[in-house]
Amino acid sequence: MEITKKVRGGDVRAATRLIRNLEDRIPHAKDTIKHIFSHTGKAHVIGFTGSPGAGKSTMIDSVVAELRKRGKTVGVLLVDPTSPFTGGAILGDRIRMQRHALDPGVFVRSLATRGALGGLSKAVGDAIHVMDAMGKDYVIVETVGTGQQEVDIINHAHTVVVVLVPGMGDEIQAIKAGILEIADVFVINKADRDGAGKLYRELVYMLSMVDEFPGGWKPPIIRAENIFDADSFQRSLDELTNTIGQHYQNLIDKGLLGDRIRRKAVLELNEALLAAILDPVLTKLVESGEMKEMTEKLLKKETDPYTLAEMIASRYLVMPAE
Amino acid sequence: MYFSKEVLDSSSRMRQRWEDEVKKAVAKWPDQKEDWTTVSSLDIKRLYTPEDIKDLKFDEDIGYPGQYPFIRGNQVTGYRGKFWTFRMFSGFGSAYDTNQRWHQLLKAGQTGLSTAFDFPTLMGYDTDDPKARGECGKCGVAIDTLEDFMVLVDGVPMDKITTSMTINPPATALWAMYCAAAEIKGIPLTKIGGTIQNDMLKEFIAQKTLMCPPEPSVKLISDTVEFGTKFVPRWNTISISGYHIREAGSTAVQELAFTLRDGMEYVEDVLKRKGLDVDTFAPRLSFFFNSHIDFFEEIAKLRAARRIWAKAMRDRYKAKDERSWWMRFHTQTAGCSLTAQQPYNNVVRTATEALAAVLGGTQSLHTNSLDEVWCLPTDHAVEIALRTQQIIAEETGVANTIDPLAGSYFVEALTNEMEQQAWDYIHKIDDMGGMVAAIDKGFPQMELADAAYKFQRQIDSNEKIMVGVNKYVTDDEQDIPLLDIDDAIETQQIERLNAVRRKRDDKAAKKSLNDLKNACKKGENVMPYCIEAVKNLCSVQEICDVYREVYGEFRDPAMY
Amino acid sequence: MAKRKLRIMVAKPGLDGHDRGARVLARCFRDAGYETIYTGCHQTPEQIAAAAIQEDIDCVGLSCMSGAHKYLFPECVRQIRALGGDDIQIIGGGIIPKQDYQLLYDAGLKGIFTPGITLDDIVAWINENIVPNVKE
Repeated sequence: MEITKKVRGGDVRAATRLIRNLEDRIPHAKDTIKHIFSHTGKAHVIGFTGSPGAGKSTMIDSVVAELRKRGKTVGVLLVDPTSPFTGGAILGDRIRMQRHALDPGVFVRSLATRGALGGLSKAVGDAIHVMDAMGKDYVIVETVGTGQQEVDIINHAHTVVVVLVPGMGDEIQAIKAGILEIADVFVINKADRDGAGKLYRELVYMLSMVDEFPGGWKPPIIRAENIFDADSFQRSLDELTNTIGQHYQNLIDKGLLGDRIRRKAVLELNEALLAAILDPVLTKLVESGEMKEMTEKLLKKETDPYTLAEMIASRYLVMPAE
Repeated sequence: MYFSKEVLDSSSRMRQRWEDEVKKAVAKWPDQKEDWTTVSSLDIKRLYTPEDIKDLKFDEDIGYPGQYPFIRGNQVTGYRGKFWTFRMFSGFGSAYDTNQRWHQLLKAGQTGLSTAFDFPTLMGYDTDDPKARGECGKCGVAIDTLEDFMVLVDGVPMDKITTSMTINPPATALWAMYCAAAEIKGIPLTKIGGTIQNDMLKEFIAQKTLMCPPEPSVKLISDTVEFGTKFVPRWNTISISGYHIREAGSTAVQELAFTLRDGMEYVEDVLKRKGLDVDTFAPRLSFFFNSHIDFFEEIAKLRAARRIWAKAMRDRYKAKDERSWWMRFHTQTAGCSLTAQQPYNNVVRTATEALAAVLGGTQSLHTNSLDEVWCLPTDHAVEIALRTQQIIAEETGVANTIDPLAGSYFVEALTNEMEQQAWDYIHKIDDMGGMVAAIDKGFPQMELADAAYKFQRQIDSNEKIMVGVNKYVTDDEQDIPLLDIDDAIETQQIERLNAVRRKRDDKAAKKSLNDLKNACKKGENVMPYCIEAVKNLCSVQEICDVYREVYGEFRDPAMY
Repeated sequence: MAKRKLRIMVAKPGLDGHDRGARVLARCFRDAGYETIYTGCHQTPEQIAAAAIQEDIDCVGLSCMSGAHKYLFPECVRQIRALGGDDIQIIGGGIIPKQDYQLLYDAGLKGIFTPGITLDDIVAWINENIVPNVKE
């Protein structure tokens, strides 16, 4: 397939257009993913998450620079929220990595969440596949930093980096449950600020309460100080990049790489099944007017949602004999 | 109590009647609109009365000219002794072009010089740097080396006239050129006077001419304050600016608060870093405000500024010398209030804004030209702008008496309110850890972005009116003559730059840059090394590249 | 299938850092329902072009207040076309005298916006004149 060949050859224009078609749910884009799928699985996918203002984008920009120094190619997906009122979005994270714009080894693509409530949108998951198939050594995904999105990253990334910053109300108690559980690496950004010590100690304490870490990997806490103190920041950057690599290696050594990948595979399969089975059913119900009828019945309290659903299901499923 | 009990009782009685009559009148003739706010959306009452200022304390809040809190001005003789300086910001094309314009303005009656540099110079690049392509001379004068600078100040009596230079990250380099030029002309540094804008904090907040990160930027500024205090006593080494903050979309209160808090940040840095006594440098700090279209809001803002600064210097920083408590400022009428449509209307806007600045007691004033929404001003447009100031000074009579609006119920009440709101912001920034910390968190930037967006929406919805734009609109396009900067200037300037590079003693130039680099690394004061470097014909970029190398380059994280 | 979202970019080429207008526009475009890439100030034409290609942009909005638009805007167009962005529309605004408009149109700009235009008017113009470059 023409597009598949281009994408696998690293063609940015073809890849970015494919991602767009996936975002807009164009049917033939899904076909392309079918062909691309078998060529994925080589890239190390890194998720960056953490509250807004923690400095994720700036950190990613530095990590990209470091990876390039080490001769690796990188794809970056930057996710920003879609306004629920207007459907538009400001995708502004790119600003912080524009210095890589002219580097052919770096492909940065911004995406809007498009109202994906229960986690990262399917388009992001597919976009990771696209960049993987392009041959990128690393695919970095930055999530919005609020809500379910943050936690959902674990279904897509091999390594999850959680970025925290002192003084923004980032006390551990304020951090949503779930974030801490998914972290493979913690980064305390602007660690020269007031409150950094407290944050560090709280993280250490929290980690000490965990009995067992999957794969025996206790998430390291990296303190990144003033980005303008070149030497000290470079040290933190080296530490972070090395740690990310070590985490990936640990997954391989402990045979856990498959687990992460399986998780994503299961999720994707479920989503695909849902789309393949549920979407056509729903469409038919809407088109035939039955959806409206059923809604009216519910409003009049003539029946309940479960009974209705079972009735519809019985049309399509062969129920085992009672 | 500011008023006697009798006065307040009478007022209360009369107010009652007035309020009743207002109710009846409004029922028959409703107000034209609901919203009677300033351009910054500050609420204004229908009427101000003695009750609004009954808690004023005369000696603490109003006083006399030349006495704390200096709200009535610093100079005991007011404008009778000397009008505010007519200081028109100007510069374009080559040093020669600008020098011509300067002499024209001086002949036309301007009393102080003010330099506009082009973007490559403002950003610390030479004219032939690839980033500078297309920008040479377009919004100011192109200065690459001391050779250009000597042409710029040709015929300027540096011991008799003061010169302001609007320059920020490369301020040390350009000031070094001014000092070197003075020395070459045989004028001692103790005799030259002027200002360098040199205010990096507002760059991070609003204008975005950026080079190095906040910390070293503030260090370089402290170097200039120290050098000026010791060797160039008549020079104002910082012009702590609110103009740009306002142009970027802030409200009047935000302009007031952020500017003053910037000033406090510099004071604290110099005290901490240089260990100087506050009275040795505070008298030479100067400010730069915007004069926007809402007449009374601007007057109140400027008066409040004086009082806030006096309080801060006396109480917060324990300055003993009264001259440390003075606030001296330059004002520019608001560029963002001008319209592209019906440009001749801009003459009127500039005139009222200039009047507000004068009634607010400015020390120095620039008036915008009617065509500046389109490009740099033509000779004729500049002349009208200058005449505006001269007419205010000579014909309107406002300069006859000092601080004419003192005691006005409205103006004093508005001054109080703006001061109060400004202090709220100042304390909030204090709590964040200071201005550098607040900038790091994006606080002032976001306030500006929100205010700018709100205002644009108010214009779009006709909640706020701009005549000629959303009311009294005409279809006929009023074409006005516009200044065109010749593109050939860039090639000529590059030739000049190359000629300088060929003729200079390259070894001496490289050595002085190296000395500068070592001085930076050791934390020494950079100014003597800058002066040496410019004398050896090092360029603006060569000096700035040293700073970039030692201190790092800053990229704007762009809060939107 | 949802209507194709417009992907628009707001960019400031050159050394000018006065970004009040650009930031107001970014918010305005978001409110108009566009996916807006904001690249910040101090971008070279090459950087803007590279970003426009990577982000599959339909329309690039250039802003310049420093008078250098005569070089910068056409150069941005050149760079975008050189990277294969033939169908990317380019519009511009800022401090631009009328006498320069024709030069910019000839260089490939589709629209020029001066101070005084309302945000609603800009959005209306875009909705009428710019379509996403993606086919249904």
